[in-house]
Amino acid sequence: MDFDFSEEERLVQEQTARFLRDRCDMAAVRRVLDGEQVYASDVWQGVAELGLAGTAIAEAYGGVEAGHLSLCLVAQEMGAHVAPVPFSSSVYLAAEALSLFGSDAQKSRWLPQIAAGEVIGTVAVNETLSQPTADNITCAVTAGGLSGSKLAVADGGIAHLALVLARGEDGLDMRLVELAGKGVQRAAVDTVDPTRNTATLSFDGADSELLGDAGQGWAQLQRLYDRAAVLFAFEQVGGAQAALDMAVGYAQERFAFGRPIGSFQALKHMMADMYVALKLAESNCYYAAWALASDAPELPLAAATARVSATQAYQLCSRDNIQVHGGMGFTWEFDCHLYYRRSNYLALQLGGLSVWENKLVDALARAA
Amino acid sequence: MNFNDTPAEAAFRAEVRAWIDANAPRHLHDALASSTFGGLNTGGEDPITAAKAWQKKKAEAGYACLLWPTEYGGRGASPIESVIWGQEEGVYGKLGGLFIIGQGMCGPTLMAYGSEEHKRRYLPKLASGEEVWCQLFSEPHGGSDLAGLRTRAEKDGDDWVINGQKIWTSGAQHSDYGILITRTDPTVAKHKGLTMFFLDMRSPGVDIRPIKQVNGQSGFNEVYFDNVRIPDAQRLGGVGEGWRVSLTTLMNERMAIGGGIPTGVPELLELVRDLAVQGGPAVDDAAVRSKLADWYAKAAGLRNTASRAISALSKGDIPGPENSIGKLVAGGLMQDVAKFGMDLQGFGAVLTDPAIAEGAARFQAMLLRSPAVRIEGGTDQVLRNIIGERVLGLPDDMRADKGVPFNEIPTGN
Repeated sequence: MDFDFSEEERLVQEQTARFLRDRCDMAAVRRVLDGEQVYASDVWQGVAELGLAGTAIAEAYGGVEAGHLSLCLVAQEMGAHVAPVPFSSSVYLAAEALSLFGSDAQKSRWLPQIAAGEVIGTVAVNETLSQPTADNITCAVTAGGLSGSKLAVADGGIAHLALVLARGEDGLDMRLVELAGKGVQRAAVDTVDPTRNTATLSFDGADSELLGDAGQGWAQLQRLYDRAAVLFAFEQVGGAQAALDMAVGYAQERFAFGRPIGSFQALKHMMADMYVALKLAESNCYYAAWALASDAPELPLAAATARVSATQAYQLCSRDNIQVHGGMGFTWEFDCHLYYRRSNYLALQLGGLSVWENKLVDALARAA
Repeated sequence: MNFNDTPAEAAFRAEVRAWIDANAPRHLHDALASSTFGGLNTGGEDPITAAKAWQKKKAEAGYACLLWPTEYGGRGASPIESVIWGQEEGVYGKLGGLFIIGQGMCGPTLMAYGSEEHKRRYLPKLASGEEVWCQLFSEPHGGSDLAGLRTRAEKDGDDWVINGQKIWTSGAQHSDYGILITRTDPTVAKHKGLTMFFLDMRSPGVDIRPIKQVNGQSGFNEVYFDNVRIPDAQRLGGVGEGWRVSLTTLMNERMAIGGGIPTGVPELLELVRDLAVQGGPAVDDAAVRSKLADWYAKAAGLRNTASRAISALSKGDIPGPENSIGKLVAGGLMQDVAKFGMDLQGFGAVLTDPAIAEGAARFQAMLLRSPAVRIEGGTDQVLRNIIGERVLGLPDDMRADKGVPFNEIPTGN
């Protein structure tokens, strides 16, 4: 048994970590938080130059073809550094969808540009303040083009390309839409995590083309989400580790009652529980990484398992990191809230914990 | 990343599988498989006899205590071979419960601190199950605070004379020998006045009294020492070195117990597949689904963490610190799972008659045995301290007894 990442894959991770330590510190995250930048375009450029956006994209389409195991570890570092870049939208969602469902022409046109970071892609699904289902999508494609609106689209304000779930003649389709085209309007929206760009997209007779099979949009979305969930889970685990490290560092240095606060069992045990949640999630992520990279039939169950435990771990670690810091943890000045915000943003991006708990049990029932 | 054996591992697995096929006590298979948590079902056969017979057969074929050197009754196998053996032994491994403490903790301690003569005399019979060992550590005043123990050992000629009481001694009533930690000097700090011995459990003055537990069984005992004499030659490590020796034992305890500890989650999955709640299949109920997902993810996390440890062993590395979470997660998880498994069955789930209750009363057995999992071999609270201090590097707690001579430490009574 070799249940670990290879030296080559660890090298990709280390290279990513080194770059982000140098170029994407908390000051860089705060430039987006405070509205100086819409996203960290300079970091994004560096990510592109390193070829990270093309980590799992085939060489034939301009990628590095280092595989999904490497991409998992890149994702972990993106999470650890709370990177304010559209990496998840463009790489785990748009590039994956194009690779899975695109025609050769679509892949040839878009994947090299996504790999090069020149094109940012995203996925647009949610329309209302309820969980999306196959029945409540009202965006529609007719002879007059694509019409309707998407309420919350991650990186929607900066993306060039969106995969839009919309109703066609045969049911739900996944449509490719160039957002600079006619009939597309975007409006920036405020969210719980201002370090990530988010927008409402409105379509009024916009041009679009089918991605994959007509009427298969919902099924394609579920397949895409099963793969993306693994990568999101790695981001979450990376963030959880960073939040735990921050809590431990503070508890070692901060004194109260004449002793370091980390010596109090009330806090020590809280941090032990953060560690436990993190390690359970990390191990589940390893298994899901294997399932993703080997396209195993276990993927839906493994992905849901990793996603559920990674969401729990990041939410717990970011929440209790604030608790360890006490009042200072609730200030804008301390970085605790950056993890807290990101953990809750990532938790909802592919559907929240309740959605993935249901997916997990469905996959379990199918596996039985 | 892959889950395949190396060629050498595959060859060893095939060899082991063939031997087990040909030699395992198959007539016990179904009974063993239906054993509930904390109970060993040997289908009416005397469990001690059955356990010793299987252990002897394994030892004769070189499959006992695989990690030990051959001259001490082991196989000199690699850690990964030992793991493969455990996977293949499967349900028959339940017969090994009688020997876990002796082989998992006393053996390694003897190996590290015993004389060559003692090792050759005692280890092979410990490996073959001919002799059973127990570990006499915990006391009424020394549990989580083990170094607070009070059992005295006083030198008298070439002997030591032991007086005091141990408690929570697993399997003492079946044991031939035990390792015993005592206080030899109460005037120095508590960790410094301890000394380790081993003794014949049939020595005059040893009185073993089984403890009736919450679940009605008596796996644990009180052991009283009334002027029990132990030759100085049976001392393990130096006088006053007992704490260091005990750390060897306890390190092995956490490895042994944290390994493949049950959670009850597979049993719950099985239960909800066939059960109806609120007029529909339990597995379709929203409350059931949410708990199932949460608990499945935790149990999977433990399984995948174990796989990481096995992978490290396979490469000749030492498993990482994440391995320390096993018992902490599993204990509380089983308690929750047991309660919920019964909840879904209604008031009838209070019944404990294995002939009537679901799955031979497996959830009821878990309910009544799981509190002990959260205490034995390091309480949940001690384990959190260990994770906090040794894994995360948080500062030690302030100790009221630090550096204080043992006989001046406040006791509260």
